[in-house]
Amino acid sequence: MNVRFLLLLLWMPFCAMAQGFSGLGASSDGFAMPQPQAGFAFPNDHGPHPDFSIEWWYLTANLESQDGTEYGIQWTLFRTALSPENAPGWASPQVWFAHAAVTTPNQHFTAERFARGGIGQAGVQADPFHAWIDEWSLSGPSFRALDLHAQGADFGYAMTLNAQGPLVFHGAQGFSVKSPNGQASHYYSQPFFDIKGTLNLPEGPKKVTGTAWLDREWSSQPLDDTQLGWDWFSLSFESGSKLMGFQVRDSDGGTFTSGTWIEKTGQSVTLPHGSLTLTPKAWHSVAGRDVPVTWNLQLPEYGMDVIVDAVNPNAWMGVSIPYWEGPVSVRGSHPGKGYLEMTGYE
Amino acid sequence: MMAPALWALMSHWWRNPIQFFAVIGGLALATALWCGVQAINAEARASYDAAAGVLGEGQYDQLVPRTGDTISVEDYIALRRAGWLVTPVVEHRFGAVRLLGIDPLTAPAGFAGLSAFQDQSNSFQRHSVFANAKTAETLSDELDIVVQLDVADGLAIADISVVQSFAKAKGLSRLIILPNQPMTQPLLEEIAPGLKRLAANQTADVEQLTDSFHLSLTAFGMLSFVVGLFIVHSAIGLAFEQRRGLVRTMRSLGVPMRRLLVLVAVEMGVIALIGGTLGVLLGYLIAATLLPDVAGTLQGLYGAQVSGVLEFRASWAASGIALALAGTAFAVSGRLLQIAQMPLLASGKSRAWVMARGQRSKIQGFLAVALLISAAILAGITNTLFLGFGLLACLLVGAALAFPLLVSKATQVFERRSKNATVAWFWADTRQQIPGLSLALMALLLAVSANIGVATMVSSFRLTFVGFLDQRLAPELYLQVDTKDESAALDKYLTDRGFESLPLPRADIDVQGEPARLLGVRVGPTYRQNWVFLDQIPDPWTDVKMGKGLIVNEQLARRQGLWVGHSVTLRQDLALPIVAVVGDYGNPSSQAIVSESLFADLHPQTPPLQFGVRTNDPQSLRTALVQDLGLAHNAMINQAQIKSASLEIFERTFMVTAALNVLTLGVAGFAILMSLLTLADIRVPQLAPVWAMGMTRRRLALLELARAVSLAALVFAAALPVGLALAWVLLTVVNVAAFGWQLPMFLFPAEYAGLAAYTLIAAVLAALWPVGRLLNTPPAALLQVFSNER
Repeated sequence: MNVRFLLLLLWMPFCAMAQGFSGLGASSDGFAMPQPQAGFAFPNDHGPHPDFSIEWWYLTANLESQDGTEYGIQWTLFRTALSPENAPGWASPQVWFAHAAVTTPNQHFTAERFARGGIGQAGVQADPFHAWIDEWSLSGPSFRALDLHAQGADFGYAMTLNAQGPLVFHGAQGFSVKSPNGQASHYYSQPFFDIKGTLNLPEGPKKVTGTAWLDREWSSQPLDDTQLGWDWFSLSFESGSKLMGFQVRDSDGGTFTSGTWIEKTGQSVTLPHGSLTLTPKAWHSVAGRDVPVTWNLQLPEYGMDVIVDAVNPNAWMGVSIPYWEGPVSVRGSHPGKGYLEMTGYE
Repeated sequence: MMAPALWALMSHWWRNPIQFFAVIGGLALATALWCGVQAINAEARASYDAAAGVLGEGQYDQLVPRTGDTISVEDYIALRRAGWLVTPVVEHRFGAVRLLGIDPLTAPAGFAGLSAFQDQSNSFQRHSVFANAKTAETLSDELDIVVQLDVADGLAIADISVVQSFAKAKGLSRLIILPNQPMTQPLLEEIAPGLKRLAANQTADVEQLTDSFHLSLTAFGMLSFVVGLFIVHSAIGLAFEQRRGLVRTMRSLGVPMRRLLVLVAVEMGVIALIGGTLGVLLGYLIAATLLPDVAGTLQGLYGAQVSGVLEFRASWAASGIALALAGTAFAVSGRLLQIAQMPLLASGKSRAWVMARGQRSKIQGFLAVALLISAAILAGITNTLFLGFGLLACLLVGAALAFPLLVSKATQVFERRSKNATVAWFWADTRQQIPGLSLALMALLLAVSANIGVATMVSSFRLTFVGFLDQRLAPELYLQVDTKDESAALDKYLTDRGFESLPLPRADIDVQGEPARLLGVRVGPTYRQNWVFLDQIPDPWTDVKMGKGLIVNEQLARRQGLWVGHSVTLRQDLALPIVAVVGDYGNPSSQAIVSESLFADLHPQTPPLQFGVRTNDPQSLRTALVQDLGLAHNAMINQAQIKSASLEIFERTFMVTAALNVLTLGVAGFAILMSLLTLADIRVPQLAPVWAMGMTRRRLALLELARAVSLAALVFAAALPVGLALAWVLLTVVNVAAFGWQLPMFLFPAEYAGLAAYTLIAAVLAALWPVGRLLNTPPAALLQVFSNER
């Protein structure tokens, strides 16, 4: 997923990303490169990979309160390395930042944090699992049972998560290809979390339950210069099956699509470029730009033809690197819920 | 036919190179002046932003150690992990330089020095130290220094890791508390009991004061634009006057009117572009010369690392070229209309002599009176910025339009009073020239008035600002304590050792239902000598000391309409008269000031937790206080340093403005020169009869010089009241409309005398060339006038 974040990081105004990556060939700069045959070693791979330049722990959840109101939350911790060599204390080149959000049908709350590695303000430890930045955290005895906390000036949440299924690897053994030129990342997900907890909103606390999806991804490779942005979907259908699908939009109007079809049991199939079709159906003006908030997704192989609607079209993340991210509802051949993120709409 | 017609039009410039130079030079100078002002405005803003960076460091609440002078990284992390959004600052002295380490990742937007990191294209230069060129010279070569002009003098900023490794120290100096904290967080005492919270420091907020100065500089920029327009208009107008004959001839030869108009428009467009481009280059040179800290020498000293050497900004260049084109279009449009309306066989003689005569001067006079009356009315009712600038426009344009008429009137009076034929002729001849000179005279009037106005404004501003700093930052050292016992101990310690201790108790009160702050003061030499009041009874401090009166700040006075003589109720049984009103620039809140003992009566539970101390050696007193009373380093602020740093920054802008004044006069002098040169040719027939009657060329030349001097004197006489009115409008009308407080206006006769001298010198210099030409006019040329007469 989140191919776009590779790009987002390139745009970060005060990380040396532009210089760090613009000249990046497959072997330059000293960062490790994703390897097709690497596979994973758990629990260590739940922890950070400082020899890769970028990495994230990305959680989204669709929630419902007792009165039936739909909510969405996001919690993302990013790690980026300004340079491959390590240094202790304040001189550490590791930079951490995080986004948290709560989306209600008519409101959207966001918060953002920054920290540097080396001093304990932020970090991730694999076992027992503990990811934190400031007072925000995602932690538990194992990767299958986690507590989640975050807050901003006007919202907060506290949740518990329990995995109901196995980890899912995208691409071949988690080697996920992002462009026709072969850019790739290591990518796995835990899309089977049950989640419950409390949302703290200006109008008061709300008890909620639902499902959550956690993505893990790391790489050192940027996208092509011509790739403008992407549209990424994580959908959970009422049938129990799930879909991760995205397209990267090119400046010439073309797209690169990919995805993973996930069965109820956790068995997954990688969808090659071109098999999934994503078509914007309705646009909405938010933060001075037009973004597509209704989509038609078609995957003929699985008889899937669905319409995806944003729960709140104003789910704009007005953080340092702005983008759209929010919960969606799915109707058509495979009804369900999910999350949508869109970047590169100027 | 197009080419020959264009050729014929252009041939005029071949035959009159001086005029060509006048048009191009006039355009170039007007554009240069505009660009120079733009550059200086930008520089002034940058200087003030840098000053605000130093002075505004206290705009955030801070956490400092209760004892010692460092905070552990563990405390910082514990606070962050508990949901306290704080950002660390490490400060070390390196000789006279303050080396400030910040964490760009957690620093709030707009934090001192943060922009330095982000301005560097888009890379985060975490190994660099940012300082301005002057400070950079004093720093060690071991550091990777990047020159960044908007960092204040004496300050160097770097990532916290750089400062820590350079200073070989691990602790943090203080934590800045960010403005937007999350929903829930534990109490400070639970997380870091060794730290205490200091409220944002309100004594040094000068932002509003500097905003006011920016506004005035912007007004100055607009004035120079108007002066520039006058010069362009005058130069082009004269060129067209002289080509009337040529136009008639071309029309007679069959050049269609439409084509002629297009050709003239194209020709003038090209000239405007050339003049504008030259002007932009000249403006760049002027700005580079005037801005001492920006001079190009940096490049040589610091090689490729220099960033921010006076940049060639597209915005000045574009606005300069636009000025040249607009000014030319403005000047040409009227002339094109005249050509279009000119009958085919109209006289090709120059109309310069009949310009501004009859109907025209009546309209001009009517307009001038109407504008000046509007200005007077606006002065009474203006309460918005928009009306304030409207008032400025009415005043200046009205004065400029009225001026040639007044000069004409004055020469008429002089002529009548003269007892000698030569003098009578001198004045009559002067009056005859006024229509031809009127645009140049208006330009000079505007330039001199603007100079008087700006000199008054800048000097008043400087006096006020220095006075304000002396008043508010008079104690060299500021101290902060936490408890009543510490407060008493500190006061005793200082008094026992003969220091002038100034306790600063404060409490929030209501004055007529509005929130205000009550301050207590220990009346002594510091207050008596340094405080300047806007209004006062004689010896107000004695009344304050006796508890018989109080002082309020201007904000309270204006807001509540309470001035000297009114009284303020402090307690049900206690109402005190206001004995003085003090200017409190840049402070948005209302304040009332009473004696220390009265304050203690009113608020017995509020001991003074802040103290000012007078000392010649703040450094050793600091050391003594740490040793003897265990005060933390962070609890002491050296105000003397803050004061001298900010004064130096302001001084730089004042110098630049002064240099700009001279430049404006130079440009106006150029306008006069060009007008005189143009008139000189036309005037030969006027001078020939006087010469024939026996007046020598030498005598004629001297009279020409005398004429330039007397006209300049008249200009200055008129410019003085206009300039003072301009300063008054800027300081008391525009400033009040913009900020709600008034800058006091001071008069500076010595500066005005200097300006008068410059004005006369500019006029004499401008007249020297035409006078020289007159001296060298061959008698044959003068004689020829008679042979040409029919």
